[in-house]
Amino acid sequence: MAASSGEHVLSLYRLLLKESKKFPSYNYRTYALRRVRDAFRENRTVEDPKVVEELLNRARDSLALIQRQVLVQKNIDVVTCGFCRVC
Amino acid sequence: MLFVYHCRHPCADLSSCQYVLRLLKYSLPASVLTKSLGCLCHCSTGSTGCSLSTASSISVKLIKSRELERDELRPLYMDFQATTPMDPRVLDAMLPYQVNYYGNPHSRTHAYGWESESAMEKARKQVADLIGADPREIVFTSGATESNNMSIKGVARFYKAKKNHIVTTQTEHKCVLDSCRIMEAEGFDVTYLPVKNNGLIDLKQLEETIRPDTSLVSIMTINNEIGVKQPIKEIGHLCRSKNVFFHTDAAQAVGKIPINVSEWKVDLMSISGHKIYGPKGVGALYVRRRPRVRIEPLQNGGGQERGLRSGTVPTPLAVGLGAACEIAQQELEYDHKRVTVLANRLVQKIMSEIPDVVMNGDPDQRYQGCVNLSFAYVEGESLLMALKDVALSSGSACTSASLEPSYVLRAIGADEDLAHSSIRFGIGRFTTEEEVDYTVEKCIQQVKRLREMSPLWEMVQEGIDIKSIKWTQH
Repeated sequence: MAASSGEHVLSLYRLLLKESKKFPSYNYRTYALRRVRDAFRENRTVEDPKVVEELLNRARDSLALIQRQVLVQKNIDVVTCGFCRVC
Repeated sequence: MLFVYHCRHPCADLSSCQYVLRLLKYSLPASVLTKSLGCLCHCSTGSTGCSLSTASSISVKLIKSRELERDELRPLYMDFQATTPMDPRVLDAMLPYQVNYYGNPHSRTHAYGWESESAMEKARKQVADLIGADPREIVFTSGATESNNMSIKGVARFYKAKKNHIVTTQTEHKCVLDSCRIMEAEGFDVTYLPVKNNGLIDLKQLEETIRPDTSLVSIMTINNEIGVKQPIKEIGHLCRSKNVFFHTDAAQAVGKIPINVSEWKVDLMSISGHKIYGPKGVGALYVRRRPRVRIEPLQNGGGQERGLRSGTVPTPLAVGLGAACEIAQQELEYDHKRVTVLANRLVQKIMSEIPDVVMNGDPDQRYQGCVNLSFAYVEGESLLMALKDVALSSGSACTSASLEPSYVLRAIGADEDLAHSSIRFGIGRFTTEEEVDYTVEKCIQQVKRLREMSPLWEMVQEGIDIKSIKWTQH
């Protein structure tokens, strides 16, 4: 049980990082990567399965949010939008 | 890596296709264009489509010229007190209300209205939770400026019969000072309290200034120019004991430090959306219900928002403000820790490398994310120009058009020349360590360069005391 949920957590983590890297804007990209990493690190020692499940749900919602926002930001009219400083 | 850009411009012929490709040149990130084809252009008219080979050869030429123009990138954003970028989570919350759920929240007869209203009420609860208030005490406005105007003019005019005095400070935001000036013209008596050299007000002086006919005391929580945090709890208790209403402009404080309006005994509080990673054009006003604060409304109409601010509440903006407040509450500790670390890093690095740098405002009673430094013997505007790839400001955005040094710096007693050479560094949720390091490095470099060119600096190096010089007219 713990082993499978541990893998699950890791795969969610990797997915979140993969999606966060797609943000076109430097500030949003670095923030998403940093926040995801720090959130997972902070909750590393949580044992209670209900809390773990709730945190995983939040992570899944965040993943969907990041995917949506990445799409929105990429499809803003290319000609009018600016570009980041350090791409 | 192939990057496909969809040009929305219908290409009628090859020349307009080239025009579009030239426009694309300014938006393609340099790192992408290293390997394969840069872009494909979709031409909407069938008859004269542009040939792909010509398009790709043009794009190759553009790629080559693009890599040379590295200076055209956007500057680093280090001006978080002026405004903040919207958090992606806030935009995500707002989008459905911009697109699909567009009903008027005050329409009571159909589902569009009901869903809009429930979203607006949810947002109200989110804002209330952040400051420890009841949702019924929150009024949505168009921003902190409107909230400030409403509080000062509203309270003063309502209690005009018996109370004629308003107290504020010299370091308030322009909207508060201007509202007080209008009140003076209407016949009220306004006292502008001076501040000490560290930017804080003197509680003894405030107590002496409050008269039996004082209706309102207005003091901002965190100053937007020097970042100083006033002792709001003590002021609140003092005002409550004297039976005077206390208004605070918390635009810069909400979401950055923990706020509890009951603990602080605050009666009115202004909140701004775009200072807490929310949308621009929305804000809120907290109006206490127990003991009741009466306000004469500024904007009359259909009686929305308890009659205090008529007009349709902009649902997407209110939802954005609510989401921003909820996120701020969750992230408060994390952001605060991070901002403090970055700010200390910035200040330590700058102060250790170059001498004669003064931090304006109290070093302890402050919000760390707003750092106002004065570099002696360097002109502020020229330093800003020199740091052209960092977005900074000297003084607040609303006064930056004028040539005079900021009135806040004058109020804290800064020397004329130091007031002219002050720069405000704003650090926020999205600032990275690399940005801070780059800013610090550039700043040190430019300050050294400008000081080399400064005759005053030369004189100081030789040991001459600038203050003892008698400058004469020719």
